[in-house]
Amino acid sequence: MAEILKKVDVVTVGAGWTGGIIAAELTKAGLNVLSLERGHMQSTENFNFIHDEWRYGINYGLMQDCSKDTVTFRNDLKELALPYRKMGSFLLGNNVGGAGVHWNGWTFRFMPYDFEIKSRSFKRYGNKLGDDYTLQDWGLTYKDMEPYYDKFEKTCGISGEPNPLAEKMGSFRSSPYPQKPLENTKILKRFESTAKEMNLHPFRLPAANSRSGYTNPDGQELAPCEYCAFCERYGCEYGAKASPITTVIPKAMSTGKYTIRTYSNATQILKKDGKVTGVKFVDTRTMKEYIQPADIVVLTSYVFNNAKLLMVSEIGSQYDPKTGKGTLGKNYCYQMNMGTTAFFEEQFNTFMGSGALGTTCDDFIGDNFDHSREKFLHGAMIYSVQSGNRPIQSAPVPQGTPSWGAEFKKALNYNFTRNIFIGGQGASLPHKNNYLSLDPTYKDAFGMPLLRLTYNFTDQDRALHKFITDKTAQIAKRMKGVKSIKKGSYLKNYSIVPYQTTHNTGGTTMGANPEMSVVNTYLQHWDADNLFVVGAGNFQHNSGYNPTDTVGALAYRCAEGILKYHKSGKILA
Amino acid sequence: MQDNIIDRRSFFKLGLLGGSVVAASTLGGGAVLKAAELTDSPKSLQTKSNKIRGRIFFQTQTEFDTLSAACERIYPKDNQGEGAIGLGVPYFIDNQLASAYGYNDREYMQGPFMDGKEEQGYQTPMKRKDIFLEGVHALETNAKKRYKKSFSSLKGKEQDEILRDFEKGKIQTIGFKSSYFFTLLREMTIAGVLADPIYGGNDNKNGWRMMQYPGAQMSYIDKIASDEFFDIEPVGLADMED
Ligand SMILES: Cc1cc2nc3c(=O)[nH]c(=O)nc-3n(C[C@H](O)[C@H](O)[C@H](O)COP(=O)(O)OP(=O)(O)OC[C@H]3O[C@@H](n4cnc5c(N)ncnc54)[C@H](O)[C@@H]3O)c2cc1C
Ligand code: SF4
Repeated sequence: MAEILKKVDVVTVGAGWTGGIIAAELTKAGLNVLSLERGHMQSTENFNFIHDEWRYGINYGLMQDCSKDTVTFRNDLKELALPYRKMGSFLLGNNVGGAGVHWNGWTFRFMPYDFEIKSRSFKRYGNKLGDDYTLQDWGLTYKDMEPYYDKFEKTCGISGEPNPLAEKMGSFRSSPYPQKPLENTKILKRFESTAKEMNLHPFRLPAANSRSGYTNPDGQELAPCEYCAFCERYGCEYGAKASPITTVIPKAMSTGKYTIRTYSNATQILKKDGKVTGVKFVDTRTMKEYIQPADIVVLTSYVFNNAKLLMVSEIGSQYDPKTGKGTLGKNYCYQMNMGTTAFFEEQFNTFMGSGALGTTCDDFIGDNFDHSREKFLHGAMIYSVQSGNRPIQSAPVPQGTPSWGAEFKKALNYNFTRNIFIGGQGASLPHKNNYLSLDPTYKDAFGMPLLRLTYNFTDQDRALHKFITDKTAQIAKRMKGVKSIKKGSYLKNYSIVPYQTTHNTGGTTMGANPEMSVVNTYLQHWDADNLFVVGAGNFQHNSGYNPTDTVGALAYRCAEGILKYHKSGKILA
Repeated sequence: MQDNIIDRRSFFKLGLLGGSVVAASTLGGGAVLKAAELTDSPKSLQTKSNKIRGRIFFQTQTEFDTLSAACERIYPKDNQGEGAIGLGVPYFIDNQLASAYGYNDREYMQGPFMDGKEEQGYQTPMKRKDIFLEGVHALETNAKKRYKKSFSSLKGKEQDEILRDFEKGKIQTIGFKSSYFFTLLREMTIAGVLADPIYGGNDNKNGWRMMQYPGAQMSYIDKIASDEFFDIEPVGLADMED
């Protein structure tokens, strides 16, 4: 029998960015919050010997233990899904701070177009993609989101500069970035000057790696970034990268109203008479079951686990691609990455850098250009980023080099310091056959079904990918001093094997009504008003930007909603 | 108090997280200081070779010789410097096979096992230690069949021919594809050349030196904005131990 613990005001499942923001905001307002976290405690002190590519970069030292839980995957409905046995395509967070500990810190706002994608693109182009693409507006606008973006960016102390296309996109800012952009480098300047020659509009990428010493509105301090080049996939040993463990979690702790319970894996949300009553979890050290009762439950355990917990707890209606009915699991989206590597004779300090040290342009994203003659909507950001190449993970060799042997060795060693990558990150739009559901066969270490991912790139994705790949090649070719280029190949089937991006979205979408979404615009579940679900799972589609600014903003909006709900006890929207 | 319950008292008592202004700034400051010390570390430290090593996985000399010869073809010795053998790569692989890597410790290893599409990733119940063992045996068997000699005593060209057939998946193996073994072998050879020397390969940081990679430097804040290229003497994690 599960042991029943003392009731709290609010329980969150997971203590990453979303869990941390909810905890900080609610404890500041006087509520008691407890987070269940399956991993262990960690702090800046854990990262003194972090510059170890083999342990952390290649063997995923900070990420999810797949022997305990993973997903299954198939490309389409007719196939048999098989387990994602080792992480590759995306890397899931674990331990206190979650993936926010080992993120890069690229911190973009989505554009006004993103929140109203269906109505805006239908207005301009009609139903161009057809009904198989399940585009949806998000139920709120950029204007509604702006104050929350502002808040998250101040919490993180984002280093950035204005986007020259902001006005065209309708993306106003109520205040400038809290810090100046990161230092500029020879690599980035080379990209910038080429982009300008081609009439593009480059600007410095907004970064959560602190430019200078910074104190955020909660009184938490960030140290200046050292450009140490062990950023993404690694924790920051300086406390320079904004992460839950350098900002919101210590803030919540300082109120005396926050508790984190580690080694606690949530397995079910409990419900009674249209409300949820708490969370069942397993202490992974003893395998003993507990029940944590709470007035309010907040799922902050990332896209996959948020969806899975709702499914195993039978809350909401499962999406069925054959009938189009149901919302839970619908509109799962990923992203497309493309690009071209340029090779030089001249040497660059490719091994220095910071997670979000980069320059980017928005000329081909959203609806910033005319799509009338293209076979796709939306687009991609085009960038060059110097996050610091580490030799096992990122040592490119020119086109035509054999993959082993003497010639390979020579090329590997020569080119490590002689290349620049021009990349694109493409928006992924929802398709009726891409979705999340429970696997009928495979189980996790706690006896719960694995989540099943059914996903493939679509014709829309392929057309967009080709368009942007070609653009990156054009830029690479024009860079001063370039000797040869290696253009990435065009999109084939989605494969779960090579790393692409940890920007998974959808499955627990938000919206203006229960027919089109799982939660309302305060992330409150339509079927249980004391249950909230927060994360990139709320996105109706994925943009060409990174998700966390929007995830953080939504978490702040959710916290505001929870406080209102705590007072009124009513459904919020 | 249970030791997994982290509340305000335990959080600050343990000094976890840069929770206060003071903690954050001293941490930052301390680390910067350390970076400066490291740049000045004595040359003797930096040329120390990794002499203490031994086999902890492969049992027979033939297995180890076959593995070594195969790695050397992937990353051969040339006028730039040592190849896989000279850098200690076979020991790196051997040691990894005896640890979490070899035992697929943090991977989902529950059945049922079914052949999937390439897009779905490997689906074998075999652990990597066994794939390596069987793969190395298959290299040797193949050499014997073709040339009546041990793999390690063949000419480079002959070894390459066999390796290429493995790469293309042409060799019969049970439980895994020969191409999958080749991929692991290639990946592990490169990892052994380029991982931190604490793992037994990349001897004396020479794998890094050949590509002008400076290793685990603490900071580039004083160099990042410069247009000059910096050829920096590499630092490894062992150099940072007090
Ligand atoms: C390598 C990498 C680089 C990235 N770079 C960027 C970037 O530059 N810009 C950007 O915008 N985004 C980036 N991201 C994405 C970003 O990290 C995520 O968007 C963000 O961290 C999500 O926060 P979250 O709170 O939703 O989830 P998470 O950070 O994943 O936190 C969820 C927490 O819940 C816990 N949990 C899960 N299941 C359970 C359970 N059953 N019981 C108890 N606890 C559970 C997990 O252990 C985890 O700690 C990157 C991600 C990775 C992996
Ligand atoms: S690059 Fe900067 S922010 Fe990233 S880990 Fe290094 S010091 Fe920290």
